[in-house]
Amino acid sequence: MKPALNAVTRVLSSLGATVINATARAGFGARFFMALIRQSPASFMRPQLILKEIYQAGVLSLIIVLMSGLFIGMVLALQGYETLVRFGATESMGVLVALSLVRELGPVVAALLFASRAGSAITAEIGLMKTTEQLSAMEVMAVDPIARVVSPRFWGGVISLPLLSALFSTMGIYGGYLVGVRLIGIDGGAFWGQMQAAVDWQHDVMNGVVKSVVFAFAVSLIAVFEGYDAQPTAEGVSAATTRTVVTSALAILALDFVLTVFMFRGGLN
Amino acid sequence: MRFMTAANAFSSPAASPPNRELSESCEPLVELKDVSFGYTRDRQILSGVTLTVPKGKLVAVMGGSGCGKTTILRLLCGQIRASSGEVLVGGQSVATMDTEQMFAHRRRLGMLFQFGALFTDMTVFDNIAFPMHEHTELPDDIIHDLVMMKLNAVGLRGTAQLKPSELSGGMARRVALARTIALDPQIALYDEPFAGLDPISLSVVGQLIRRLNDALGMTSILVTHDIAESLKIVDYIYFISEGRVVAQGDVASIKASTDPFVRQFVDGEPDGPVRFHYPSSKTLAEDFA
Repeated sequence: MKPALNAVTRVLSSLGATVINATARAGFGARFFMALIRQSPASFMRPQLILKEIYQAGVLSLIIVLMSGLFIGMVLALQGYETLVRFGATESMGVLVALSLVRELGPVVAALLFASRAGSAITAEIGLMKTTEQLSAMEVMAVDPIARVVSPRFWGGVISLPLLSALFSTMGIYGGYLVGVRLIGIDGGAFWGQMQAAVDWQHDVMNGVVKSVVFAFAVSLIAVFEGYDAQPTAEGVSAATTRTVVTSALAILALDFVLTVFMFRGGLN
Repeated sequence: MRFMTAANAFSSPAASPPNRELSESCEPLVELKDVSFGYTRDRQILSGVTLTVPKGKLVAVMGGSGCGKTTILRLLCGQIRASSGEVLVGGQSVATMDTEQMFAHRRRLGMLFQFGALFTDMTVFDNIAFPMHEHTELPDDIIHDLVMMKLNAVGLRGTAQLKPSELSGGMARRVALARTIALDPQIALYDEPFAGLDPISLSVVGQLIRRLNDALGMTSILVTHDIAESLKIVDYIYFISEGRVVAQGDVASIKASTDPFVRQFVDGEPDGPVRFHYPSSKTLAEDFA
């Protein structure tokens, strides 16, 4: 009887510890977010800090985002042709490629790439600054690390990702054009004309932009929070970086579903 | 200068007022009154520490690794709060400061971190210019001259455009020292300033700390293991062991002391009141069985 009781006690104790830790982390996260919002105006007073982070997170992510966009557009065109040719609708390839990219793949894949490339870098950088006491040094110098380090990185990410998403979609459409028109031989006029007629600025493009802005807030917040909350050890920074990529990916996909339900509904009523 | 007589300098804090003469000799700027602190409930780092640092003095805090020396500096910076007792700077309790007061308090401080804590994404020049850019409206050419003066003081003017990753450990520490004194702070806190320095740099840095303290009218607290160098430059020494002040006195008193703790520390003896081995629940024989 006693061993069973001990086992139950252990399970309850472990469960309690998990709940307490999760609650404490949620509380810390909320306080962190409020501090971030409070310090944001100070960051915008020093735009050179945010510009530097836009370069780090945005400009340095250009190659991976542009190349991925190009290849995804090319694959979309090839796969789309396989299906469209059965229905004699190959001229609609431009519509298929453009809608797929601006509504879904552009914001989602660009955000996933951004989380992997820039989000992980932001987490690792802030985590290492914590480990090497650089954040403590700032505090002791009466400089708030949230204002000086966290906020510029957060806003740099928020500004960069929607722009990267737009470039991703643009490159994807160009990739689709290369394969569909230049390689397969679909009529270029039909490709661009049908795309222009079918893609709605408000319904398709702007909804895609809204998605990328929401993803940008989510990924940037996760990245800076995980870095700031990292255990100040090599393992702690490594774990925080992993958490950034995993949590961001799940958040992007879950938010994408929710936003799609509200924006496009599909068969849902 | 002697703050206490040799007779009472090394008695335990409980047996006599620990540093009455030190605090009476000058206006106290930094005071810890019966301060206790622990990062966890199970393990106390500091237990009832009382110490005083008068204005304009250079005071060393010494003790074995993990005895709570750095914790004292963190308490003074307001990065952690004492679980009991009072930490006073300029008569004001650090624990009760609001955010504005804390930032004002920290602007009076300069702290050299144990591992330098240089900003790795900035050059040496930008590291030292950082507090100037953050807290002053000085024009760039003035900041340039000030930074070069600080770098010249630590003998590293030629490293201005290098990144911290391009410096040796000792050089990085000297750069960190230059950043600590960038704004000529009222109170300077040095955490192991001599670690990793070659003999020449060690002597120069030691003398620099002393000269800065005197020339700028600073008050300095030096946490170090380097007793030989410290005895050359400090006014007063506190010895900490197991979270308590176990001995204290001026340089002459320390040198003349027969207190077993002080003698063990000064002479570097393996046997004495300070245990070399971390406590273990098993005997050596049991561990090798």
